[in-house]
Formats: sequence, structure tokens, C-alpha cells
Amino acid sequence: MNDKNKIIIGLILFFVFMTLPFWYNMGKAAPVPETKLTEKAKLAKECVKPKEVMRAEHMQLLDTWRDSVVRDADRVYINEKGKKFGMSLSTGDDSCMGCHSNKADFCDKCHNYASVREYCWDCHIEPPEPPKEKK
Amino acid sequence: MLELVIKGSKKYWALIIGLLIVMGIGFGFWLWQLSFGLGITGMSRDVSWGFYIAQFTFLVGVAAGGVMVVLPYYLHDYKAFGRITILGEFLAIAAVIMCLLFIIADLGYPMRALNVLLYPTPGSVLFWDMIVLNVYLLLNIVVGWNVLEAERNGIPYPGWVKVLAIFSIVWAPLIHTVTAYLYCGLPGRGFWLTAILAPRFLASAFAAGPALLILLCLIIRRVTKFDPGREQIQSLAKIVAYAITINVFFFLCEIFVVFYSRIPSHMDHIRYLFFGLHGHGVLVPWMWTSISLMVVAIGLLVVPVTRKNEAVLAVACVAVFIGTWIDKGMGMISGGFVPNPLHHVVEYTPTIPEIIITLGVWATGFFILTLLYKIAVSVKEEVSEV
Amino acid sequence: MENSRRSFLKLAGISALGLGTKPVLNAFASEEHKAEIQKKPEALKAKRWAMVIDTRKFESEEDLKPIVEACHKIHNVPEHTTKRHEIDWIWIDEFKHVFTNQEHEFVDDRVKYLPFLVLCNHCENPACVRVCPTKATFQRDDGIVLMDFHRCIGCRFCMAACPYGSRSFNFRDPRPFIKEENKEFPTRMRGVVEKCNFCAERLAVGKKPACVEASNGAIAFGDLYDSDSEVRELLKNNYTIRRKLELGAGPAIYYIV
Repeated sequence: MNDKNKIIIGLILFFVFMTLPFWYNMGKAAPVPETKLTEKAKLAKECVKPKEVMRAEHMQLLDTWRDSVVRDADRVYINEKGKKFGMSLSTGDDSCMGCHSNKADFCDKCHNYASVREYCWDCHIEPPEPPKEKK
Repeated sequence: MLELVIKGSKKYWALIIGLLIVMGIGFGFWLWQLSFGLGITGMSRDVSWGFYIAQFTFLVGVAAGGVMVVLPYYLHDYKAFGRITILGEFLAIAAVIMCLLFIIADLGYPMRALNVLLYPTPGSVLFWDMIVLNVYLLLNIVVGWNVLEAERNGIPYPGWVKVLAIFSIVWAPLIHTVTAYLYCGLPGRGFWLTAILAPRFLASAFAAGPALLILLCLIIRRVTKFDPGREQIQSLAKIVAYAITINVFFFLCEIFVVFYSRIPSHMDHIRYLFFGLHGHGVLVPWMWTSISLMVVAIGLLVVPVTRKNEAVLAVACVAVFIGTWIDKGMGMISGGFVPNPLHHVVEYTPTIPEIIITLGVWATGFFILTLLYKIAVSVKEEVSEV
Repeated sequence: MENSRRSFLKLAGISALGLGTKPVLNAFASEEHKAEIQKKPEALKAKRWAMVIDTRKFESEEDLKPIVEACHKIHNVPEHTTKRHEIDWIWIDEFKHVFTNQEHEFVDDRVKYLPFLVLCNHCENPACVRVCPTKATFQRDDGIVLMDFHRCIGCRFCMAACPYGSRSFNFRDPRPFIKEENKEFPTRMRGVVEKCNFCAERLAVGKKPACVEASNGAIAFGDLYDSDSEVRELLKNNYTIRRKLELGAGPAIYYIV
């Protein structure tokens, strides 16, 4: 029973330590970012799949794409509506970045917010940032 | 039983803290390697495996060597070894953990290590090596822990533990065989392309493992109240004597085949290691040291008078351990890569950061070994006091 | 007997027709169809790709350097300053090193001093594919041995297995050592193995490998199982050698000496 104090102090320390990330970030909640679309993307209206699907599952799509391109050399994707896409992240006008050429606004914003590092760019070469659109 | 690790003498804590410091420094350098890449090591396009894989290979042997106390006890009912099987099993645990850490240290992209499970490839020996090592680790943890706990409680260990123990006896040679198969099935590397490689690995394993165990027993006797026993140490010494003799014999078989057939792609590596090739020969003094140590050890171990003298025995065991370590930990891996497939002689020497990371892993292994042996010895002391 | 066979054939014919028209009918039934993945129509196809290097058309290293440069530039192969970190997809070496088992004291002077091109052999039985624990190195149906850099864990088992020394490892981040990036092709990151890919990315869009284009006709590329192909023509009319045949790997690079 002598250890009662020690145990309580230990528990408090444990609690503070475990919840440290919450304390650390308190009051710093950033607003959910909005992705910006390029003019080209706006004009196209629709991506490979509906917006909601792309938003939630783009990595699954990219994952199947890279397997099919790298392993089977199948490089053309025809979606449900019959539209053709080049199955490439950053090569060609019909690739992902061909349309979404604004990586900073399109990719990085959300990825930074969610703290998910896109290591795609360790190898794939980023498209040059488009000139700033006039306001 | 875990509580036994936090009750120890000042010397015990000094050892623990010392090991932790080395581990910390090694870990720091590993973080550097992680961010910079394996370029901080001495490895190259030509010698693409180095110190890490060599340590791994040697330690798989040490782990497998632990079986040399387990086998006589469980299969031949050699009662004397009952006292020290736990030391063999705990040594195996520490050694296998070091092996796994060396593999991780050697990977270019360790964050992806689980791809081996995600895309299982039964055609790759590395896939099987991962399986045999992890299973062996698990077997030793389960068997060792249960036997020790039963001993502490003064009850016989459950029957299924014996089944697992016998299983682990079959498994031990397997881990080193599979490790040898990593190398000896590769078409373009004449040094490794020999059927004697797996047997050679096993022979040196059954020498190095028990030799280390003898040294550990002698240390335990000196620093604790538990005596592993003179008979036990002498029986181990005989095992080491046979194994190291067979190891040298296998090596001579290899030398005969290679130099009598005179096939250059097989000769060149051994010539590089022992005589140097085209003016390159950093390993020459090491290899001769290794051979001399092993030969001297055979003399000391085979002659009963010297073997029975424990001071001489300790010297012989150190000789066996260092001799086999140089043989496998230095010569075996770079020897296979020099000369390279285009017959260029590009030598390899580990860099300082590489050596520090290596020491860090060894320290981790000895840290785990210290904790486990602390538990085992405390239990043994407890039991003998009652 | 006669009757039943005829009726069977009729029945079979009708069902075959039915099966054949089903997709067509399906297409009419709705605008929406399942997503599809295809090859580009212009992609080059073969049963097994092979290469013939006519070394008679080379005289000195100067003839080979543009070929090496073309490959390395297009594939963002870095030029490391430390020898240890070197990465090569295609490189130049002497006869005695390339054909270690065919070199002898009295080889004629031309061959002895002639520089040879060395690259991945895209073996028929590749040891690197056999040993890879993640299938990051794999063999395509057309024989090309490729690497999936997304999957490589950097264990370097393939480098130990390759009997031709064709593989390199990224011992550090390659980017600072790439003089001029080709934006059409990715770089690699530290920690993965790389090697010649027989220009799979160019074949997919109907182009021949970069080294073939840069060789002024000294390197031929084609289908080994197409009797009319350029490589077959060359193999028929010239004596060719390959590297380390005794290992049974079945290299796809042939040299005319």
C-alpha cells in the first residue's frame, strides 16, 4: 500500500504522455483544404471515375494502373463511358498530371493536411508548376 | 519470470547500460544510413553484399549451434545437458534476432520488407529463409520459456513442449541449410557453387555455437552462483572438437576439388582470399589467421590433456569462435564477389559507419542475451537454494 | 448415325453463333460498358525479343559512347562521382572481361582491343527472377526481364544471382547526379536495384530501343521466333557468340565478332 502515490503519479504521467499529440495540436486545427482544379480539368468535367470515387480511391486505381503498365505493358484505360486515358502518372497529356498539372494545389494540399507523404515524386518527375492564374 | 531482469547487481546494470549506449549509437548511425542510403557502407556494384550479410550468415550458424545441447538431452536422454539446454535455447533466440536485424540493416528499402509476405514467392530462397528463421525463433522462445518456468515451479514441463523441442532439433540444421542455399544455388558465383557449402556451414555452426556456449558457461560460473557443470562443459568441448575438425576437413575437400580440377572460375576466389589476385589481397592475412586459429584449436581440443584444462579450453574456444567468424563473417561473402562476374578485382572493406551499425546489432544481441541469461541464471540460483 | 451427327453440328453451329453475338448484343443493350485496359495500338510485339550486336561495325570507344549516352540520358541514369555507387544500364568493356571463358593468349589484335557493349542479357532462364523474394524482378511473356521499382525492397539477391554483373544498386539518392532529367521517364530512389529494361517503355509506344536507334545500324533488335525478322536474318548469315552459355541462362544478346 506504500506504493499508492507512486502508482498514481505513474498513471498521470502515462496519461499525459499518451495524450501528448492532442495537447500539442490543441487549437491548431486547420480548416479542411479545398482542391483546386486547372482550367483543363474543369473543362473535362469528369475524371477517370466519378469525383467521389476518385477522391476516396485514387491510390487503389493508381496501384492497379502501375501493375498493369509495368508488368503487362497495358497502357490505355477505357472507362465506363468509353473515354480513353493514358495510364501514366506524369507522362503525356492524357496522363493524370497532364490534366492536373497543379500538383501543389491538387495533390499536396490534402496530402499535407492528412499528413500522408506522396512518395510518388521520389521517382516520378513533377510537372512544372503552371503560371499563376490571374485573379 | 520477467521481473528477474530488474533485480541485479551494480555490475549487471553497468553491463546493461553499456550495451544500451552501444545500441543507441548504432541505431543513430542506422538512421543516418536510412536517410542517406547504403552508400555509407563499403558495398558497391561489384561487392553488393558485405559485412551485414556476412554477420547474418555467421549468426545463423551460432543460432543453429544451440541445438548441440538440445539434441543430446531430448533425443539421447543425456541428462547432464538438462542443466544447460536453456542456455543453448536462449543463445539461439539472441542470435536469430541479430540475424533478422542484420537483414533489416542490409535492405535498401526496409520499409517495404513486408512485401516478402505481400507477394509470397516460393521460388525464392530468401522467402524460405524468412520462414525458417522466424519459426526457429518462435520455437526457441516457447520451448525455452516453458521449460524454465516449469523448472522454477518445480514441476515437469508439459508433454507438448518436448514435441516442440524435438521439432526444433530438426529445424535447427534447416535454418543453416536454407541460408547456405541462398548462396550455393547461384549460377555465376564459383566460390559458392558447391554442394559442400551447406554441410560446411553446419560444421562451422556446430563448432562456433557450442564454443561460444562454453565461454558463456565459464563466465556464468565466475560471475554467478550457478555452475553449469564441468561434465557439461567437457561434453560441449568434445562436440566443438569434432565439429571444427569436420569443418576443416570439408574445407580441404573443397580445396582439392577446386585446385585439382583447375577450373578458373572456382579457383580465382580462393586464390584471391589466400594469395591475392592481380595485386589485390586485403583478406589474405585474415584468411591465414582464420586457418591457423582453427588448426591450433583442433590440436588443443583433440588432445585430452589440453581439452580438460579449462583455461586452455577457453583459449581454444576463443580460437574457434574467431577463426570461424573470420571464415564466414569476412571471407565467405566478399570472397564470393571477388573477382566479379566480368573478372574485375574490386575489393571490399567495411566502412566505419558500417562497423558501428554492426556493433550496434551485436550489442542488441548481447543485450537480449544478458536479459535472458539473467532470468535463466536467477531461476537456477533460486532452484538450487531451495 | 448420319442424322444425329448432322443435327449435332447444326446445334453446335447455332450455339457458337449465339456465343459470338452475345458481346455485340450486350454492347447495343447499354451505352455503359465495363472499364477496359488495353495496349497502345502502335506497341511493338514479339514472342521473344533479342538483340544482335555487330561488333565489326565498331572501331573504338568513340563509336560506342553515343550509344551508352543515349540510353543513360533517356533513362535518367545518374553519373555518380564515387566509383562504389556507379550505376550502369549499358557499358563498355574488353573482350577478356565480357567473354571470360573465351579469352585466350592468342586472340587476334582487333578483338583483343575492341571495346564491347555490355548490358542485361534478358535471359531465357533468368537467375535474378528466380531469386527475387517479391517478384519485383519478373519476366514478361515476350522474354524481357523487367524491374518493378515500386516493389523492390533492395535485398540485392538479384545482384548476387546475375552471372553477368548487369545490375546496379542505388546506394544513394540518384537525383543530384542526373545532369539533365528526361521528364518522360521516372528516376529511381535510393535503395532499389536497377538495370537495362530493353526499353520496354519505348516498345510500348512503337519505338525500338534507344541503343538500337543510336547505333547507326550496328545493333539489330527483333523477334527471335519470327523467321523474317532482322535478328533472324543476321543469325542465319553470321556466326554469333553469347556470354557464358555454359550456365544455361539463355542470354538474348548475340554478338557478331
